[in-house]
Amino acid sequence: MTAAPLRLQCSGMCKSYPGVLALDGVNLDLAAGTVHALVGENGAGKSTLVKLLSGAAPPDAGSVEIDGENVSIRNARHAQQLGIAVVYQEFNLAPDLSVSENIFLGRWPSAPRRPWIDFPKLHDQTAALLATLGIRLSVRQPVSTLSVAQQQMVEIAKALSLDAKILILDEPSAVLTPHELDTLFELVKDLKNRGVGVIYISHRLDEIFRIADDVTVLRDGRNVSTRTIQTVERDRLITEMVGRELKNEFPPRCCTIGDVLLRFENLTARNRFNDVTLDVRAGEVLALTGLVGSGRTSVAQTAFGAVRADEGTVSLAGRHRRFTTPRQAIAEGVAMLPEDRRREGLLLERSIRENITLADPGASATWGFLSHRRERNLTRRLMNDLQIKALSPDTQVATLSGGNQQKVLLARWMARSHRAMILDEPTRGVDVGAKYEIYTLINRLAAEGVALLLISSELPEVIGMADRIGVMHEGRLMDILDNPARATTQEQIMRLAAGEIDTR
Amino acid sequence: MTVYEIPSTPKTLLHRIVQFRMPVVLALLIVMVTVLTDGSFAKPANLVNVARQISFEALIAFGMTLVIVTGGIDLSVGSLVALTGVAAALVMRATLDTPPAVCISAGLMAGCGVGALFGTTSGIIVTRFSIPPFIVTLAAMLIARGFAFIVCNGQPVYELPKDLIYLGRGFVLESAIGRVLPVPVLLLLLGFAGFHILLSRTVMGRRVIAVGSNEEAARLAGIPVRRTKLLVYMITGGLCGIVGLLQDAKLMAGDPKVGEMWELNVIAAVVVGGTSLFGGRGTIAGTLIGALIIGVLNNSLNLLHVEHFWQKVVLGLVILLAALLDAALRRLGRR
Repeated sequence: MTAAPLRLQCSGMCKSYPGVLALDGVNLDLAAGTVHALVGENGAGKSTLVKLLSGAAPPDAGSVEIDGENVSIRNARHAQQLGIAVVYQEFNLAPDLSVSENIFLGRWPSAPRRPWIDFPKLHDQTAALLATLGIRLSVRQPVSTLSVAQQQMVEIAKALSLDAKILILDEPSAVLTPHELDTLFELVKDLKNRGVGVIYISHRLDEIFRIADDVTVLRDGRNVSTRTIQTVERDRLITEMVGRELKNEFPPRCCTIGDVLLRFENLTARNRFNDVTLDVRAGEVLALTGLVGSGRTSVAQTAFGAVRADEGTVSLAGRHRRFTTPRQAIAEGVAMLPEDRRREGLLLERSIRENITLADPGASATWGFLSHRRERNLTRRLMNDLQIKALSPDTQVATLSGGNQQKVLLARWMARSHRAMILDEPTRGVDVGAKYEIYTLINRLAAEGVALLLISSELPEVIGMADRIGVMHEGRLMDILDNPARATTQEQIMRLAAGEIDTR
Repeated sequence: MTVYEIPSTPKTLLHRIVQFRMPVVLALLIVMVTVLTDGSFAKPANLVNVARQISFEALIAFGMTLVIVTGGIDLSVGSLVALTGVAAALVMRATLDTPPAVCISAGLMAGCGVGALFGTTSGIIVTRFSIPPFIVTLAAMLIARGFAFIVCNGQPVYELPKDLIYLGRGFVLESAIGRVLPVPVLLLLLGFAGFHILLSRTVMGRRVIAVGSNEEAARLAGIPVRRTKLLVYMITGGLCGIVGLLQDAKLMAGDPKVGEMWELNVIAAVVVGGTSLFGGRGTIAGTLIGALIIGVLNNSLNLLHVEHFWQKVVLGLVILLAALLDAALRRLGRR
């Protein structure tokens, strides 16, 4: 372990929820000026630990020491006063307020006994804070006009404006492009140098090896291991996280590729993408990658009737199709797994059963009348098939882990067969074990002869899963790389995605 | 693959209470007012009376539940009862010389037609132009009320077929089982069964829930979002037509002044019944219980000779209390 003094020492942390023991005696030591990565599958207890440290929930047992002093965190405000700051995956920003108003939300400076905000002082304070963090942002700009990465910087600045000694980053990279991630890492390194202890939660192992000093693996609410990063092997880490041997991160696929099923010809949607031509064959996985905003999602969505093309054609099994609603596309055998499962995919408050049968409720109905028994049977079969871990078909979807939620969405489309499927970031926010299972499902769909369009920002995933890789840059399809041996390099893709070379 | 053993959640007494919180509230209320009124509340004649008093607004509340579950609201229902009632009365007056069954059917069709037309129009404007339903139906409320007065020159329409009174004040099988089941209460029960099945057991009901729960997800899963929304406004409008005719039958007149404030009473019943104004969560059974809670209260305040103005205050406080209790119990149940 590092020799620096301990910023945070948690020992024997326990927390249970009805029917679940979420944390069972977890220990975590965080030294000053280090980054401590916290890894584990969804449901391993990472989020629960964050909840206890941020004061969102009280622990059942265990002690927390900050700088050697025993504390009991009463609530979120108390946690802030103790110097613990958390940046969550989902931002808590007021979109119409400016950068400075957000950073000092609720703590705006004002002259004594005056009801109005001292804006010059507020902006000065913000500018000074951003300068020390090395963040370049206009303090008066409304947050809604910022990019996702910039919004995250605002969140971090907000967290640190209280002089935090301990910063918890909960999956910060999920929304960032590789370049933005570099900026984040520079900021984290800078914070390290100033003695801040950082707890870094991520599913992406590459990042952990880049940024972390120590790694703690949690599984089923217990510590599995804590080691310094130099002594950790990647495969070992994965094995520890899932509690079983994963021979390979990407399961092999062996199937024959058939005829062209889905074809885009000179497809253009103004302000989104230009002149895209590509085809996907039955049993083929075509990955579409590129930076966020490069138009890859829009291209795929034209085949699903969610985006309308201005020019060009989409054809399905050789016939021209111009879908204006997803409903029409689904009727013709096109399915889509959306990028943001909470916003675009799930009915969070409803049951697994209602979520799975959503795309085709009529399948369990006679003359429009639903049979709950048939729905439950169908749901149980799919839960079994896709290894969805939940109490019953009537469990509320919001209570499931990210990986299981994603599998519920996949199950929705696997209830019956489709000709083409669009998978938009199918493994975002999903743990290693569930990722492998999702990859296996993708392979199974390919083996059944489905044409698969995989949209992903994770280059290892793109290279490991795709037969061909289309790379987009600012609305243009730069090139389609053949990838039969899974041997394309990340650099090849990145150069195309950055618009450096144009081979077309 | 690892097989995960998941322990089943223990169903404690608390969880059961939370699950059936609204019936529990209703039961407590009934016990309380029975004691307070020395048992006169629980007399059969009075109970039948309560059921009849709530029947009109409860019927509309079933339609309103659908609207609110999609995340919408319909403020026009009270005015629509007046307009459809007057429209039905005018048609019945014009066809007085036909057999009563024909005449009343014509009135019913006119009422339902006008109601459904208004509902559909509101629905189209809500879905095609993305205007908040609050504003659209507020406008519809004013327009319908105005037309209710215009089409009858502000004068109630009295010349109605004599047999109509059976629908408003009659009893089912009066000679055989006595004055047990008023006709409006029978319609209430039929409406309850129909709407309960519609919301919980049909594809249409599932679409209603999905749209209110997450509209974007519903659209991307191939649910016809616009059609679903349009349909719930149309159904509620049509329902107002039926109630408009019943109101004619009760008063033996088509009166443009009826239905004042009904929209709020109806929404109160739906919300007290546990339906979320944000959409996606609600049941028809809950709405029936909500309507009963309000009905029992109104009735018992009368029995207790509480002054009219104080009745309003008490009713307001009770609605607030019910909402607070609902929220508190739900939080308890989540823990």
